[in-house]
Amino acid sequence: MQFGLSESQTILRDSAREFFAGECQMARVRRLAETDTAHDAALWSTLAEQGYTGIIFDEEYGGVGLGVVELVLLMEEAGRALLPGPLFSTVALAGAVIDACASPAQKKKYLAPICDGAARATLAMLESSANWDPAGVAMTARGGRLTGEKLFVPDAAVAGSIVVVVRDGVYVVDATATGVRIAPMAGMDLTRKLYAVTFADVPAEKLDHGAGLPRGLQVATAALVAEMVGGMQRTLDITVDYAKTRKQFGKPIGSFQAVQHMCADMYLETESARSAAYYAAWALQVGAPDAAEAVSIAKMYASDAGRAVGNRGIQIHGGMGFTWENDLHLYYRRAKSSETALGDATFHRERIARLVIDAAPD
Amino acid sequence: MDLNLTAEELRFRDELRTWLAAHVPKDWEHQRDESMDAHFTFLKQWQRTLYDGGWAGISWPTAYGGRGASLMQQVIFWQELALAGAPPMANVLGLGLVGPTIIAFGTDAQKTRYLRKILSAEEIWCQGFSEPNAGSDLAGLQTEARLDGDSYIINGQKVWTSYGWAADWCELVVRTDPSAPKHKGLTVLLVDMKTPGVVVRPLKQMTGETEFNEIFFRDVRVPVENVVGKVNQGWDVAIGTLMHERGTFGAGLQITYRRNMDRLIALAREVRRGGRPAAEDPVIRQKLAQCYAEVAIMRANQMRAFSRISASGVPGPEGSIQKIFWSELNQRLQQIAQELLGPYGQLEAGDPRAIDRGAWAYGYLRARGNTIEAGTSEIQRNIIGHFVLGLPRSY
Repeated sequence: MQFGLSESQTILRDSAREFFAGECQMARVRRLAETDTAHDAALWSTLAEQGYTGIIFDEEYGGVGLGVVELVLLMEEAGRALLPGPLFSTVALAGAVIDACASPAQKKKYLAPICDGAARATLAMLESSANWDPAGVAMTARGGRLTGEKLFVPDAAVAGSIVVVVRDGVYVVDATATGVRIAPMAGMDLTRKLYAVTFADVPAEKLDHGAGLPRGLQVATAALVAEMVGGMQRTLDITVDYAKTRKQFGKPIGSFQAVQHMCADMYLETESARSAAYYAAWALQVGAPDAAEAVSIAKMYASDAGRAVGNRGIQIHGGMGFTWENDLHLYYRRAKSSETALGDATFHRERIARLVIDAAPD
Repeated sequence: MDLNLTAEELRFRDELRTWLAAHVPKDWEHQRDESMDAHFTFLKQWQRTLYDGGWAGISWPTAYGGRGASLMQQVIFWQELALAGAPPMANVLGLGLVGPTIIAFGTDAQKTRYLRKILSAEEIWCQGFSEPNAGSDLAGLQTEARLDGDSYIINGQKVWTSYGWAADWCELVVRTDPSAPKHKGLTVLLVDMKTPGVVVRPLKQMTGETEFNEIFFRDVRVPVENVVGKVNQGWDVAIGTLMHERGTFGAGLQITYRRNMDRLIALAREVRRGGRPAAEDPVIRQKLAQCYAEVAIMRANQMRAFSRISASGVPGPEGSIQKIFWSELNQRLQQIAQELLGPYGQLEAGDPRAIDRGAWAYGYLRARGNTIEAGTSEIQRNIIGHFVLGLPRSY
């Protein structure tokens, strides 16, 4: 039993950290945040060159063939850097769902272009009911064609393919097909743009194994939690640096217990969310019987903890924390969008309740 | 990263499981109704049984009666003990704190003299750290030890000493240099509780029990060979002990919490609320799920910490988050139990209507001590702030 990173996992994490430190500095993040799509073609090519766009996909489709633990380590670093654009939507969301639901031929068609950086993709699931339970999806397919509206679709404007969840399965739509309309939603997260996507009798390809959807969503959720952990860690680091240097009453404010204890709580929450994310990733990777439970536990905890860490970080910064120029609000905005994406804490607590309270007593 | 047991760990676990199935006393819960002395004698016998079976001191050196196994096997041992519903061992502080301290800082002679008897429960240990005027500010302690020939003469008072009433020996922190800065003049001594001048008095706590004691030392003579580590460097030894307390101590605790959680879920199916089982009440469901999840996260946090300790060899200040997590979680868990049980939650042992023989009423009161004992939550947050995050000292 060894719940630490292996040597190769450590190397992957360190090189990802170094990569994002070089390629995704805050100046670039801010510049992209001000664009319509937050997507940067040059940055995307370098992500693909690193193998990051194919990290979890099989080598026969051009991927790197690593596991969920490695995906989680990569996303944690992406979250720390507040990487803008469609890496999460393409790889961890649409990619993981395709990987879990597609036939080998379909994987070749949809995953290979993702691996080599040629294509981007996203997942359209939520409707006006905003229910993350697949059972709550109302849209249907008729004769292989889709009609209806999907909301809160991340990065749809830069996606080549849209994976659409409907009542009878999971479909893939060419985002440029006639009848697809993509309209921006004014989401709080400036680095991950959201869209309303309407389909008017659009041809779609049904993925062969729609039953894989829960697994795909679980991988996506573990990746999202890891990304949130990265954001929490960065918020903590920025805040601790500030508390060491900002002086009031002649002392660094970090020497006051009211401030120091808030920092300690931020640390406890960040570490606990990280433990939960790593455990969920490992459980998914080995197919542990409690994998679904572990994913919900991680998302539940990180959804509340991400917000709490952001709240404290801003409070400790005082007036500076409330300014546009300070970076914290960019992380805080991301934390809110991630809190609700793939189900908030209340949603996942009910999921856990179904798994552990409603299960037949032994 | 691999949370599955290795082949060797699996072999160890299976062998232990088989042994426990054959040796764990049945129906020992009624033992709680016995007198404190009778109960403790029972726990000592149980630890002796474990020792004779070769199951005490899993990660301790074989030369001193241990098994010489890995830290992970020690963790598995605590977990299996909890899973089997086994009684706790009598020598809790000896096994968890004093023994590891002697292993880390003691002389060979001390290891030979003390360790085996800790494992066999032949000698029960307590820990003389806190004083009436030195609680969180432990380094401000005043119990003095004056060198007189080849022994120290001790005068002073300790308080909140768990197992003081049962202890044969005490790991005592004393001031040997009153002129040095407060962290620099301390020394750790091993004191025979039968030495003339040692007086133990019970302290009745809010649960009605007397787990703790006050210990008075009046001209108590302790030979110099009983110093652990170096004279006037006792602070480092004491901190080593406390890190064990915060680091590896709670390995079986998450199993106990998980068992309490399972019991709460079972109760939620029985207890009715607003005309339906509480398990169907959306608010109760949310609260139970939150608590269940936190128990799982406590386990994941511990597993990461144990992996780190087994790689580095020593528990670090990060252990403070384990202490905060388990103590505050237990308070939340007990609060949810009270909420679920309503007016029945307050019924203590002896009332025929008490749920689970008053265990939840007891647990609710006892949990208040969790965020105070073994370093308050506030001190743990100071440790994280200063030693983990590198913030300036707040005091």
